[in-house]
Amino acid sequence: MPRNTRLCFWLGLTLALAVGCEREARRYQELPASANRETAVRVGQLEPGMPQMRAPVKSPYQNNAWGMGEGKRLYGAYNCAPCHGVNGGGAIGPALIDDKWIYGASPDQIYATISQGRPDGMPSFGGHITTQQIWQLVSYVEAMSGQVKATSAPSRNDDQMAALPESRQSKQVPVQTGHR
Amino acid sequence: MPHFQSILHPAGIQAARVSHLWWVMFWICAAVWCAVALGAAIAIARGHRGTSMASERQLGTSVAIAGGISVVALVALLFQSVVTGRALDTLHSPDALVITVTGNQWWWDVQYDHPVPSLRVTTANEIHIPVGRPVRFNLFSNDVIHSLWIPNLQGKIDLVPGRLNELWLRADRPGVFRGQCAEFCGLQHAKMALVVVAEPSDDFERWLAGNRAPAPAPITPEQQRGKDVVERGPCAMCHNIAGTQAGGRSAPDLTHVATRSTIGAGSLPNTRGYLAGWIADPQHVKPGNRMPPPGLRDEELQAVLAYLETLK
Repeated sequence: MPRNTRLCFWLGLTLALAVGCEREARRYQELPASANRETAVRVGQLEPGMPQMRAPVKSPYQNNAWGMGEGKRLYGAYNCAPCHGVNGGGAIGPALIDDKWIYGASPDQIYATISQGRPDGMPSFGGHITTQQIWQLVSYVEAMSGQVKATSAPSRNDDQMAALPESRQSKQVPVQTGHR
Repeated sequence: MPHFQSILHPAGIQAARVSHLWWVMFWICAAVWCAVALGAAIAIARGHRGTSMASERQLGTSVAIAGGISVVALVALLFQSVVTGRALDTLHSPDALVITVTGNQWWWDVQYDHPVPSLRVTTANEIHIPVGRPVRFNLFSNDVIHSLWIPNLQGKIDLVPGRLNELWLRADRPGVFRGQCAEFCGLQHAKMALVVVAEPSDDFERWLAGNRAPAPAPITPEQQRGKDVVERGPCAMCHNIAGTQAGGRSAPDLTHVATRSTIGAGSLPNTRGYLAGWIADPQHVKPGNRMPPPGLRDEELQAVLAYLETLK
């Protein structure tokens, strides 16, 4: 094999393997810096004049399989399922696998919804669960409607599955409705 | 503690059978090894002498005898093994104590069954059993396959998700024994241990009655402050403390946590200092376990410790 070809092969292999790093990274103790922000979160779309420019916020676990897996576990442990459905199909709470978003689909908006709670039933989890756990739930909620890469979304349940796993959920284009 | 976790120091009838089988296998295999080693030594010492028809016949007889002995030894081992295996399952008794153990990554949930739900006792990572009374363990798993192994008392058996497995054992002498997960179950498999306390019937009943009571009420202002932090903060979302607002079900029950000898499923001794370190940063001691750093302030942490110490 010519030297250049061999070099390209090893370089390509290293890059291909490096892609998996973020997916598998397990951050047990610390949150990435991007999660520690203090900005006002808007839940509506109406603004006087031109809409303000805002830097998009990414969930720290957006492409992290471990964080999303933990979010999936916490979704059961913190009783999200009784209201939003075991597979997110909705019950007395709104469905999470569809394209409808009442209070916004961006990660910071989902974070605010979990942390602050919302009228008509959504409890406020801020202070009861840790910031890290809220971000893990945010990523899992994103995965439920296919907003994340299929390669990092949960691909199986611990028990028998009645619905397709999150990794096979077709991507829904978020629509902000403001109501159920 | 001597023989804290040892298959060769049985404390119960089942473990005694396992231990007996082990010694039978040891002595038979030791005899076979000695015979083979001796034969090899003689052959080496004698050296090569060429062959003749007579010695060929002699050789055939020797091989036949050796083959016969091997078959007898193997069948004897198989027989002993089957007999022991059957005997391990024969403690069935109507007045057995029933304990449900559920495996979780990476801790043991322990529940003492009772027809009256309010008299059930839930604890974690520590099992008390009365000496001389058969105990039936109902074994479940909440996540992956675990395996319960208390070498001084019984052989091991898997805890399989979606399936009930049973394990019978009887402790014949009091003692404190260590058990552990014996099926690889993830990152902290090695730190998934439990303590089994075999004690005289009176002591056991006293322990059980004490654990049936709800958590004692805090006395000092600091303890009361700790209870408030536990109930209003992140602890209550996962941990249960009977008689308080803390009713989480996804982490070890803390109602009488101060009576247990270890924390973190056998990871550390249960003292105030270790407990403080654990609560301040659980991921330092046992990376990957499901308890996140709760982010308590110093004063809150001290109050929580003061309160947890009262949970006897």
